[in-house]
Amino acid sequence: METNVEARPVIKVQAPAPVRDEMAQAAEQHEIKMTARDVNVYYGDKQALFDVSLDILDRSVTALIGPSGCGKSTFLRCLDRMNDVIEGCRVTGSITLDGQDVYAPQVDPVQLRARVGMVFQKPNPFPKSIFENVAYGPRIHGLIKTKADAEEVVVNSLTKAGLFEEVKDRLQESGTGLSGGQQQRLCIARAISVNPEVILMDEPCSALDPIATARIESLMDELKENYCIVIVTHSMQQAARVSQRTAFFHLGKLVEVDETAKIFTNPTDVRTQDYVTGRFG
Amino acid sequence: MSEAQTIGRRRPARELASLESNRRVRARYAADRRLQAYGIIAIGLAIGLLGILLASLIATGYPAFTQTKVNLEIYVDPAKVDPKDPAQGNFRAIVRDALVSNFPEATTDKQKTDLTKILTSDASYIVRDYVVRHPETVGQRVTLPIAVSDPFDQLYKGVIPKEVDALSWSQVEWFERLQNRGVVVAEGGRTNLKLDVYVDPARIESGPPPTGDFAAVARDSLQAYLPDVHDTLLFTMLADNAPDAIKQRLEADPSLIGKTVSIALPVSEPFEVLAKGGTPKVPNPRFTAAQIAAFDALAARGLVHATFNWELFFNADSRFPERAGLAGAIMGTFYMLIVCFALSFPIGIAAAVYLEEFAPKNRLTDLIEVNINNLAAVPSVVFGLLGLAVFLGFFGLPRSTPLVGGMVLSLVTLPTIIIATRAALKAVPPSIREAALGVGASKHQVMLHHVLPLAMPGILTGTIIGMAHALGETAPLLLIGMNAFIPSVESMGVLEPATTLPTQIFSWADSPERGFVSRTSAAILVLLGFLVVMNMVAIVLRHRFERKW
Repeated sequence: METNVEARPVIKVQAPAPVRDEMAQAAEQHEIKMTARDVNVYYGDKQALFDVSLDILDRSVTALIGPSGCGKSTFLRCLDRMNDVIEGCRVTGSITLDGQDVYAPQVDPVQLRARVGMVFQKPNPFPKSIFENVAYGPRIHGLIKTKADAEEVVVNSLTKAGLFEEVKDRLQESGTGLSGGQQQRLCIARAISVNPEVILMDEPCSALDPIATARIESLMDELKENYCIVIVTHSMQQAARVSQRTAFFHLGKLVEVDETAKIFTNPTDVRTQDYVTGRFG
Repeated sequence: MSEAQTIGRRRPARELASLESNRRVRARYAADRRLQAYGIIAIGLAIGLLGILLASLIATGYPAFTQTKVNLEIYVDPAKVDPKDPAQGNFRAIVRDALVSNFPEATTDKQKTDLTKILTSDASYIVRDYVVRHPETVGQRVTLPIAVSDPFDQLYKGVIPKEVDALSWSQVEWFERLQNRGVVVAEGGRTNLKLDVYVDPARIESGPPPTGDFAAVARDSLQAYLPDVHDTLLFTMLADNAPDAIKQRLEADPSLIGKTVSIALPVSEPFEVLAKGGTPKVPNPRFTAAQIAAFDALAARGLVHATFNWELFFNADSRFPERAGLAGAIMGTFYMLIVCFALSFPIGIAAAVYLEEFAPKNRLTDLIEVNINNLAAVPSVVFGLLGLAVFLGFFGLPRSTPLVGGMVLSLVTLPTIIIATRAALKAVPPSIREAALGVGASKHQVMLHHVLPLAMPGILTGTIIGMAHALGETAPLLLIGMNAFIPSVESMGVLEPATTLPTQIFSWADSPERGFVSRTSAAILVLLGFLVVMNMVAIVLRHRFERKW
């Protein structure tokens, strides 16, 4: 896509409408990484998601948008089974990763999360050194054996997360001493340190200022060359800027999913139209 | 007003400080100040009471931190001590000879025994221990500081006086009543009671010369003046020669028998002093005159001195306050707290982690939770009874031992530790758990690698508070017999009978010897010192492990 990411304007209401054929071509090049079929989620007696079916393409950014409480975060957390730890949460339907059911009884959520990393709304580095923050994941998964391995992984991950140059002299300092944007990039480095295939981001920029947001967005742009990224965002501009496909959720239902340009310029559903034009939400 | 509300016009400026609002503001400030004052009064009261407690403890306890000793030159007589087996020598005689040699005027055995009471009854053991450690001193003269016995220790420190008031408060009061009635008269440098004496014919034979119980007549006449006093102490007011005054009068005039006559009866020595405005004193009945003289002589030669009482910390318990120390109690407390910590820390954390992180929410876990909270409120003496019945009675564990004490106290501390640990676990932000889960940590890895280390400051604080609670517990330990008399620390162990600081304080407070009064306060100060140290450790640990996120 765009190579000179830093030069992009930070605030842009809508992405420039790309040529329709290019996008279609792009979609064809991307194979389907994850699928969701008829996913229903219940918190106790309350149903949070209703029959959501969605394909997530590899090497692209999929944005989940929608008003608060529409179930987009719930859906995201189904993808790496983070909902398992919530008491009274029940998931039906099927979610697959490369065709394998992630809710199959023989799949352990620990193994799944090694392939599906997650970045959270609030930067949440461990209160340990920067080095430890990144090395922790590979270590518990047995990916690194020696100190040299660990250093290689840490340097690689931090470099990929665009943080290495800023912190290379203070890897032993606490990760919580970094600025908010740096902390979030550290969390991204931590997520990619275990070499996942999918990265889930739950409103990763909502606690950051516009400059830090721009850095994260350009980082996403780079990362999508190698990873399948799913991002939940409240900012439609952000969805328009970073994503190739956008899914609009409303009241627990998936209303519409399509190429981002189409969602923002010519949505099929009137609710999508109302939402993206600011009629509600 | 209505004009002002029309659209487009400015509203007239409202007065910022109207009378009404001024009053409300004043009332509010007054309420603020009142609330502040209540707080300050409460804090002042608390600090004041604490200050009184500390001041009284220090005031009564400080003499125990010094010990009076006599530098005694001792000839370790080879005739009394076998150099090959010095432990078996007759050290009692050696100490006695060493002391008595200073006072050649003491010749009889009784006098010598009387003098040895200046020194502690343990003096022979002090010398024996020294000679056993230094066998080369047999046949030589050595100078050893020997603790004096408790009364002389108290005397030297000025806690008890050399002389005490001869008269009780009520004796003085009776005398004042007689003075007010004008009965007390001074005649020729002597003080007499001018009493109307009824010469009872039932007591006195007319003679001549008149005979009978003149003392009883004197007593009856004095009693007649103070009919409400029913105490034979009253008659100490009369001098020994008071009956003679009656006898002489009757010899002069036998016809007085059966009549009432005014006779001046002399008062006894202390009342003589009292009548002249002095405070009558008698030597302290604890000491004999010879002892006092000998002790003063030793002091005059500079042999008596008060030194810092290290023995208070390094000696075990003793029947003699001048030799009693806290080493046994401190060791016992140490062993007991080790057992208590070893049991309650892992069990408490395991229980709290399970309840907080793993337990399903159902009626059973709710019941367990409620009961753990209730356990924290159970009086500790109940745990003592439980320990007595179960640990001693059912399992037959050795009684009085730190093992059982620690087990009982872990029951006391467990609820505290569990509650504190659960609070600390709850306080770990959920984002840390999510972060760990997000990189694929399993539940136990999240727990062990992230949540527990972050909760550790809170857990340690709770544990140390629980331990400090255990340190001060007395009642449950008394029930399992942990107030053993421990005269030596050498045999102590987890499975040996022991005593602890609070139970030692309890035993000392129960002892009649004067020296134990100050030692009780000193022991309380030591216990408080340990508590302060533990709380400071808790604060330091909390700051050291505290992390920000």
